[in-house]
Amino acid sequence: MAGRVEGKVAFITGAARGQGRSHALRLAQEGADIIAVDLLEDIPGAPYHGATEADLAETVRQVEALDRRIVASKADVRDFGGLKKAVDDGVAQLGRLDIISANAGISTQMAPTDELDEDMWQNMIDTNLTGVWHTVKAGLPHIKAGGRGGSIILTSSEAGIRGYGNIAHYVSAKHGVVGLMRTLAIELAPLSIRVNSIHPTQVDTDMIQNSATYDLFTGKQGSTKEEFAAASQAVIALPIPWVEPVDISNAVLWLASDEARFVTGVPLPVDGGNYLI
Amino acid sequence: MGVLEGKVAFVTGAARGQGRSHAVRLAQEGADIIAIDIAAQIDTVPYPMSTPDDLAETARQVEALDRRIFTRQADVRDKDALQAAFDAGVAELGPVDIVAANAGIAPMSLTPQYQEWTDVIAVNLTGVYHTVEVAAPSMIERGTGGAIVLTSSTAGLTGIGGNTPGGIGYTAAKHGVVGLMRAYANYLAPYSIRVNTVHPTGVNTPMVVNEVMQQFLQADPAMGQAMANALPVELVEPVDISNAIVWLVSDAARYVTGVTLPVDAGFVNKR
Repeated sequence: MAGRVEGKVAFITGAARGQGRSHALRLAQEGADIIAVDLLEDIPGAPYHGATEADLAETVRQVEALDRRIVASKADVRDFGGLKKAVDDGVAQLGRLDIISANAGISTQMAPTDELDEDMWQNMIDTNLTGVWHTVKAGLPHIKAGGRGGSIILTSSEAGIRGYGNIAHYVSAKHGVVGLMRTLAIELAPLSIRVNSIHPTQVDTDMIQNSATYDLFTGKQGSTKEEFAAASQAVIALPIPWVEPVDISNAVLWLASDEARFVTGVPLPVDGGNYLI
Repeated sequence: MGVLEGKVAFVTGAARGQGRSHAVRLAQEGADIIAIDIAAQIDTVPYPMSTPDDLAETARQVEALDRRIFTRQADVRDKDALQAAFDAGVAELGPVDIVAANAGIAPMSLTPQYQEWTDVIAVNLTGVYHTVEVAAPSMIERGTGGAIVLTSSTAGLTGIGGNTPGGIGYTAAKHGVVGLMRAYANYLAPYSIRVNTVHPTGVNTPMVVNEVMQQFLQADPAMGQAMANALPVELVEPVDISNAIVWLVSDAARYVTGVTLPVDAGFVNKR
C-alpha cells in the first residue's frame, strides 16, 4: 500500500533528535525522502545539551532503515545562507520539495521579563522566529518550482496561543510564528501551498525534561521529574503528564498529506486539552 | 488493517451528504456504524431533505465494505427517540467508541419566517447536545475512552450566514456547538474521551448545492464574496470533512481534544 506522502520530499529543521527526528521517521514511514538539518551545538543559556553529530547520524540510520533517502547536514536556522545551501543541496540530490517542517527551536533562560538578558532575548527571537522565516524562505522557492502545491508546517507551541510567566522571549517568538503562518497561508493559497502551525503542550524530549523546566512548572527550586509530571498534568485536561514526539509527528503527517488537502491557515493544538484549562 | 478496526461509530444525519461520507469513511477504516437520520422533511427547510431510500443507500455502501450497520429513522430534536435508536444500535453492534454529531439543516429562504430560527436552533444546537447526551454515559461507564466530533461550520467561528432568522440562527447554533465542545471536552477529559469540532467551508452536498441556497447567496452579493475560499476551490468534498474526522477519532490524534479544526480552504484565516 502506498504511503500517505509517497514520493514526496520533506525539509525538516532540528532533525537530529526529539520531535524533529520523530517527524523525519514518521514521514519516511509513509514514503517521503528527507532533507534534515540541525545546529549540532550547545545553545547558550539552555538548561540542556544541544544535539550532536551522533544524534543526526542516528536519524540518518533510522530513515535509511526504512529504505528512504535522506540528505543530512549541519546548519543553523539563524544563518540564512547556510540553511539555503543545505536545502539547495538536498533538493539537488532528491529532486523536489513538497513539505517543510520548521521544527528547530530552543528553550533558554527563565526569568521575569524585565530581568531577561538582552542577548537571551535576541537569540530566542533569532532562532525560534527568524529561524522559522529563514526555513520557509530557503525551502519555498523549491516548492513553488514544482508547481504541485505543497504543505508547510510551522511548529509553534502552547506558548504560541497563551501566555506563560518567566519565558517572555519564548512566548513572543512562538506567537510570532502564528503571525507568519497566517500571512503565508494567505500569500500561498493561490498556489495550493498550505501553511498551518502546530501547538504542542509539553512533549517528552530533552528540551523539557530538565531541572530548569521542572522548576518553571512547579515554581520551586530542585523539583523532581515526578513533581514536574504532577504540575504538568494539572494544566492538561486529559489524564497525562505530557505527550510523545510521535503525537506531534502524526499531526505533521496528517497536515502534510492529501487527507488535509483543504486545511490551511489553521493553528492546530496537540495539547491534551491544555488550552481548555 | 484500518485505523478504526473493531470500533463502533454513532453518526447522525447519515442518510446522505457529509453524514453518509463519514459512515463510509469510518467503515473503510474498520468501524461498524450506527446510522441515524430524520429521513423526512422539516417545513422551514427550503430544499428536499433526505429520504428512507437515502438511508438505505448508506447501509448498502457500508455493507459493501463488509462492515455492519444499524440504521434507524430518528429526529435529533427528540431526545427519547434518539436514545432509543442509540440503545437499539448498541444492542446490535456493541458499545460505541466514536460519535459524529453531523445532523444539521440550513433553513435559509427568500421568504424568511421566525420558525426558521426555532428549527435551526433545535436541530443544529439542541440536536448536537442530545447526540452527546445519549452516547456519553455509556462511554463513561465502559471506561475505555473515546472520541466525539461535533460538526460546526465556518459560521461557528465567523459572523457569516445572512440576516434572516434561519441565517442568524444557523450562525448562532454553530457558534453554540463550539461552546458545547469546550464544555464536554473539559467534562469528559478525565475519562479519556476527546471532543473536538470540525468547521467546514461550503461542502458539495444537497444542503449547499440546491437552487434556493444559490438564490439566497446571489441575493446578497457581499455575502457571495465573503464566502470565497483562499485556496482555489469553490466547494470542498464530503470526504475532506470525513478525513478530518477519521484523523480526529483515531489514535493518531489520541491527545487532541478541545480543538476547533477548520477544513475550510483557508476561509477563516483569510477574513
